[in-house]
Amino acid sequence: MHLAYPAVLAALLFSIGLYGVLARRNAILMLMSVELMLNAVNLNLVAFDVWLREELHTGQALALFTIAIAAAEIGIGLAIVLLVYRNRGSSDIDRLRDLRERSAAEADEASDDGTGDTASVKATNDSGRQTS
Amino acid sequence: MNLAASEAEAEVATAAAVAAGHPGFLSPTGVEIVFVLVGLATLGAALVTVTTKQLVHAALWLVAALGGVAVEYLLLTAEFIAWVQVLIYVGSVVVLLLFGLMLTKAPIGRSPDADSGNRWVALGVALVSAATLVTLVVDAFRTTWIDLGTSGGPSTQGSTRVTGEALFRGWVLPFEALSVLLLAALVGAIVLSRRAQDDSREQQEGQR
Repeated sequence: MHLAYPAVLAALLFSIGLYGVLARRNAILMLMSVELMLNAVNLNLVAFDVWLREELHTGQALALFTIAIAAAEIGIGLAIVLLVYRNRGSSDIDRLRDLRERSAAEADEASDDGTGDTASVKATNDSGRQTS
Repeated sequence: MNLAASEAEAEVATAAAVAAGHPGFLSPTGVEIVFVLVGLATLGAALVTVTTKQLVHAALWLVAALGGVAVEYLLLTAEFIAWVQVLIYVGSVVVLLLFGLMLTKAPIGRSPDADSGNRWVALGVALVSAATLVTLVVDAFRTTWIDLGTSGGPSTQGSTRVTGEALFRGWVLPFEALSVLLLAALVGAIVLSRRAQDDSREQQEGQR
């Protein structure tokens, strides 16, 4: 088999995952796209291991390790998403922008009315209390 | 004249391919045909996963994509990894994702706000990345041939025995470190998703 076939398939799969990570708004859909990208990497590892045929089977061992790390990542990631959902009432990542950098004018407006920020500040305090 | 030149070129190409010990791209083997077909199905499922508006359908198409990748592992003679892929990804990761969708009260029907506003930027980035990577790997590995060992009896390269020996001879220390990592992730997930004791009590009283 030509090595180009699995390599091209992995590259395309990775790009599809990249699109998903950038374009999706729901955090869980983003995690799915991350899984697609990890699978592309695994496909590359396995294909190159079969090609190189070395004694230690580095590619296959690394692919197994990547699968285990992906399982750990999805567990932690889902726990974080659930916590965010519990505190905010939505898993929309476009609305999680408390840590963004503000321009000076925006900061002035926020300190003037302050109505929009009290809810988010309260939510931050809640999460701090729950995790402690 | 042109015809003769192209014929000569084709002969040179065939000769080069024979010298490299493998047929060209125009005479694919059976494994390659199956690989390309399964690969197309996998790519289609992955595309639907990242574009569909129905969140639960995205998780189910993800099963198809990951299962396709498992079949590709089988075609590459990596049997053990293929079954690990089926067990862990299709068996547990997708179930976890479905649990997550249900627990965050994802809408069952179409949700029009599944994609964010920077979809076109994302599409551009993905297309540029795909073009770059595909050009690169095709240019680099055009003449590389994987010997799957199909000619000389069954291949034992990716069998459980070979993988296990490699894993427990050369990779014992990373393997054990990985088990510690998994334990840490487990404890972390429990700590993160545990409600504080007084908090849950307040909520229960509030429900009554």
